[in-house]
Amino acid sequence: MTSPSVVPAPAEAPNALFEFLLRLGDDRLVLGSRLSEWCGHGPILEEDIALSNVSLDLLGQATMFLRLAGEVEGKGRDEDALAYWREVVDFRNCLLVELPKGDFGFTVVRQFLFDVHSVVLMDALSRSSNAEIAAIAAKSLKEVKYHVRHSGDWMLKLGDGTHESHRRAQKAVDDLWRFTPELFAADDIDRAMLAAGVAPDLSALKDQWLSLVRDVCERATLTTPHALPQPSVIRGGRTGAHTEHLGHMLAEFQIVARSHPGATW
Amino acid sequence: MVEHEDAGQWPLWEVFTQSEQGAPHEHAGSLHASDAEQALQNARDVYARRGGVISLWVVPSVAITASTPGENGPFFDPGSDKAYRHPQFYKIPRGVRGV
Repeated sequence: MTSPSVVPAPAEAPNALFEFLLRLGDDRLVLGSRLSEWCGHGPILEEDIALSNVSLDLLGQATMFLRLAGEVEGKGRDEDALAYWREVVDFRNCLLVELPKGDFGFTVVRQFLFDVHSVVLMDALSRSSNAEIAAIAAKSLKEVKYHVRHSGDWMLKLGDGTHESHRRAQKAVDDLWRFTPELFAADDIDRAMLAAGVAPDLSALKDQWLSLVRDVCERATLTTPHALPQPSVIRGGRTGAHTEHLGHMLAEFQIVARSHPGATW
Repeated sequence: MVEHEDAGQWPLWEVFTQSEQGAPHEHAGSLHASDAEQALQNARDVYARRGGVISLWVVPSVAITASTPGENGPFFDPGSDKAYRHPQFYKIPRGVRGV
């Protein structure tokens, strides 16, 4: 008898490309959902619309990545099946995007950290050896370049704004920093994608990301820790070990589709 | 960020959109923003999101000087009863667009 394992062995070897596409899709699906919680609650009407627009862009990107994931998996699941009928342990998003939306400062800082990551990632993926991923990335790159312009502008306004806005933005940077190494922690899936020319080297992405983030934070008079913490400190999203927050979000997100399966209007 | 006298309200901006090369920028509406960059971004999201726009102008509303509605008579009427002031005796050549 083999010794008991905390994590049960997968029934079959995971399809690396499928897993990789789930990560891309789920990051955007979950953050788009989190952002949509601001709809009707934005600080002013114009920002309410801006946040909703970014949310819709992210949901559109998630749709494309998850649709492709379903095709790659080849089990007849489309993007809706993947979004609405998976359990929380089957989601592959990083922990950064599932944290509750917090105050406006937290939302802006989280968005900025993610947007910069999206820009460097989509730029690299637009040269992917996988033509479909390259096409989705090229389309997404246009959108995320605008997202980072918007969140970057807010970083400057909040960081270099009033005492209160600076305090809240700095607290968000301090709270969120430990969640960022997960974005660059390469595992077997990432190494397989790198070897196949599908995805870039994550450590090279990290250097680009750090320098862009530090530049804006400096101008926003916000201090960033000297280095990223060890990736082992906080991670798990890529293998389905999520915080308590994702389940609550998914419950609300999935209930209509699950209560009325196959409904049309 | 610009502090404004109206407590809690950011300055008002007028937004002009251009739909194609050579077409005039037309007034689309107004919005609130704390500075020009934010006004451009908000204008993009509010007025250009659904496409059909290739250029945006934002202008602080306070920079616009308007005529007074109460003086519309003396201000505009004298021109309207003199037909010779209007270029209506000319035929516009074929092929001329945008007039």
